[in-house]
Amino acid sequence: MLRYFLKRLLWMIPIILAVAIVVFTLMTYCPGDPAEIILGSEATEEALEAKREELGLNDPYFVRLARFLSDTFIHFNLGVAWRTGIPIADSIVERLPRTMMLSGITLILSFAIGVPLGVIAAVHQNRWQDSLCMVLALVGVSMPNFWLALLLVILFAVKLKWLPALGIGGIQYYILPAISASATHIASAARQSRSSMLDVIRSDYITTARAKGVPENKVIIKHALKNALIPIITMMGTQFGKMLGGAMIIETIFSIPGMGTLIITAVNNRDYPVVQTGTIFLAIVFSFSMLLVDMLYAAVDPRIKAQYQNKGKKKVAVKKGAN
Amino acid sequence: MKKHKGQSEFSRFVYQLSKNKMAMIGLVILLIEVLIAIFATQIAPYGYQEIDPTALRQVPSAKHWFGTDEIGRDIFSRVVVGTRYSLSMGIIATAISSVIGIVIGAVAGFAGGWTDNIIMRALDVIQSLPGMLLTIVMSAVLGSGYFNTILALSVGAIPGQARMLRANMLKQRKAEYIEAAYSINCSPARIIFTHLVPNSISANIVGMTMGVAHTIIQAASLSFIGLGVQPPTPDWGAMLSGARAFIRKSPHMVIFPGLAIAVTVLAVNMLGDGIRDALDPKLKK
Repeated sequence: MLRYFLKRLLWMIPIILAVAIVVFTLMTYCPGDPAEIILGSEATEEALEAKREELGLNDPYFVRLARFLSDTFIHFNLGVAWRTGIPIADSIVERLPRTMMLSGITLILSFAIGVPLGVIAAVHQNRWQDSLCMVLALVGVSMPNFWLALLLVILFAVKLKWLPALGIGGIQYYILPAISASATHIASAARQSRSSMLDVIRSDYITTARAKGVPENKVIIKHALKNALIPIITMMGTQFGKMLGGAMIIETIFSIPGMGTLIITAVNNRDYPVVQTGTIFLAIVFSFSMLLVDMLYAAVDPRIKAQYQNKGKKKVAVKKGAN
Repeated sequence: MKKHKGQSEFSRFVYQLSKNKMAMIGLVILLIEVLIAIFATQIAPYGYQEIDPTALRQVPSAKHWFGTDEIGRDIFSRVVVGTRYSLSMGIIATAISSVIGIVIGAVAGFAGGWTDNIIMRALDVIQSLPGMLLTIVMSAVLGSGYFNTILALSVGAIPGQARMLRANMLKQRKAEYIEAAYSINCSPARIIFTHLVPNSISANIVGMTMGVAHTIIQAASLSFIGLGVQPPTPDWGAMLSGARAFIRKSPHMVIFPGLAIAVTVLAVNMLGDGIRDALDPKLKK
């Protein structure tokens, strides 16, 4: 298990480097002259040329790439934003926790609300509880999160004046963003839970459990849900990327100063170093989260745990091939 | 199902799908939207750029069904014309990403070994960026505009399609009919595209429908945050972005474009669920 974890951790290094190279390359092809972006369109040609020289833009691509990689990963010098002059590292340290918190709340809510809804639907298959849950879930997955956010603002902030419409502060500032970010994910968790519960609930061991007189609640929770959880966790893992992306959009609506507002403002201002570094950091965070999801499988599924523990090397190779 | 014995897989699929009420409702809504998109300029009572300075931010009325926006444009007309952009962007971007993804997946799944390894690791790199972030970055690089936005939207969906096809191809590759095809000297290209791909593609078809729904939302999100398709193009996301400033005084401006997105995505999802159920081998009797 530990060996697998370490192996995956090491494997992240080339992946992150590759992401950094790809993002850097993309950014060098962004439209616009960086010197002009910084100095404005009225700057003289001499000033522009001096700025280009200062930023090292006259160097060949590979020299700049090497400098960028060594600055970022060896010297941990992330540079400053072109427009504001604020060190990018400071912005990330300040903003990343907010984005992570919003995505984390989304993850918890979608698990805590979505899974029980799906279980209820599966247990009452083809009855009104099922139809109600599934219609709600279908509407939920179809609703764009930013539109839901705007509707919630109209209702709770503008009309009822119960909750603040934007900004950051106490817990009340996070209620509307959390609801609008998680609605889609609650709905898809409910759909996934229902279908994987239905797969499990017809198995022989469920019939056996019932036949030997295990109370129905216990059958559902201990026997069925525990086995149905694996595909649910898989799905939630793949959804975490969407949760991060969704949080970025939701931040712009509620003016939460997180990574989303940082990157989107930087894109609109053509402040490319911020976009570049912000993107790479979100990729690192995302890769770590995916690693955690993989560890979680092992915790939930003893079969996977056994694979890692016993002939670790061979089975892991097989599993990788099947991905 | 007895009367369908001996018929092709496809007619069985169509039969299954046609029995699914939700899917049929979704299909009908989508067909209506396609008609609206085609005849948008005929249906819209006003031009989508037509400004009426005497009717700023009016609430819905008989004259303006969905009201007017901040510079007096008819929202109903703009939503109708906007159907063109959202539907076509969703469908074209998904088509591009599916074709590229399927080809990449087919090559990886068939070749195996080093080729497979390199392709999979490259996909790992793309997938270490959350989808929306990748779309934002691509859209920043490619710039705004209709076709650039479609390209930006399609990049993120390629790895998913490629992986899905590859995984199913690996299951098919050892099948007897493939061995038979080899033994009668079929070329690799023929084996890939006439035998392996058609037999491995059903998950991708479901993925495509769901992909259209997801892409429509992503396209709207992109224009909502000011990237992608730019105003005055009546894209639904861009309309919502413009309406945001007037959320306190004129909430009607927010409601209709968003409702249009939600209804479209709902219809696609309903159809997608039906397609998934009709293709699901577990339900085949």
